[in-house]
Amino acid sequence: MFGYANPKRYQQLSRIILALALVFAVIFLGEGLYLALIASPPDYQQSETVRIMYIHVPAAWLSMFIYASMAVAALTLIIWKHTLAGFYIRAAAPIGAAFTAICLITGSLWGQPTWGTWWVWDARLTSVLILFFLYLGVMALGNAYDNPDKSQQASAWLVLIGSINLPIIKFSVEWWNTLHQPASLTSLSRMANPGIHPDMLVPLLVMAGGFLCLFVVLAILRLNNEILSRKIHVMRLRTIHG
Amino acid sequence: MAEFLNMNGYGFYIWSAYGAALTIFIALALATLYKSFRLKREQRLLGKD
Repeated sequence: MFGYANPKRYQQLSRIILALALVFAVIFLGEGLYLALIASPPDYQQSETVRIMYIHVPAAWLSMFIYASMAVAALTLIIWKHTLAGFYIRAAAPIGAAFTAICLITGSLWGQPTWGTWWVWDARLTSVLILFFLYLGVMALGNAYDNPDKSQQASAWLVLIGSINLPIIKFSVEWWNTLHQPASLTSLSRMANPGIHPDMLVPLLVMAGGFLCLFVVLAILRLNNEILSRKIHVMRLRTIHG
Repeated sequence: MAEFLNMNGYGFYIWSAYGAALTIFIALALATLYKSFRLKREQRLLGKD
């Protein structure tokens, strides 16, 4: 597996994955938007506002998935000192922050007509806001030192420490009494019998697939930027030291 | 069409949510592509020196 973590091999493989992910992102998002905005029915209680779910929920899933993947990369960097893992953290953090921002904004826009408020300091909303700040912290630490290796190490430690927030987000709706509804899909007890009609489940999963492909496209492009940026850093050092 | 945009009176919330998501994705994609362009230009310039 580490063979593919070699930057040269990674770049060969990434071209194929990038092309495939781009094609699937266009297909999934095109189909997903049609299903979400036109084909799917309104909810009997929430009326048309349920259409916000098709971007809010996939964005929430991606925001947690990206952070979890960064935690794996952080562990890889700290234990095996693998540079590509550090590049991945720097590349993925802004994408994770974007998905978390989308989750927070769309949640707020969904909350106003359904709950009667834009924001409430309950455990789920607050822990997702903390996730957003963690992403910003990782991005800031990634640029905090002149030595890029030191920045990578500091970011990795923050990612690892912050990963404690992931189970808090996941179980916040069960551990505390929150305004936010419990999971309809992602709890083990609900997997076999999801509390959502297939007419709404299909667009939700198609949009989630589209978001995942979009993340892969953006992550590969940003990872390539990180690798190139490091090459330029080395070229500059060589120029300075003759 | 007007009925579709109105979304049973919830058009503001729904279109704002989709608009915000689209804006964030476009901004992120443009920033990424711009950085790629800038880095490639810098690499070319350093290669010439």
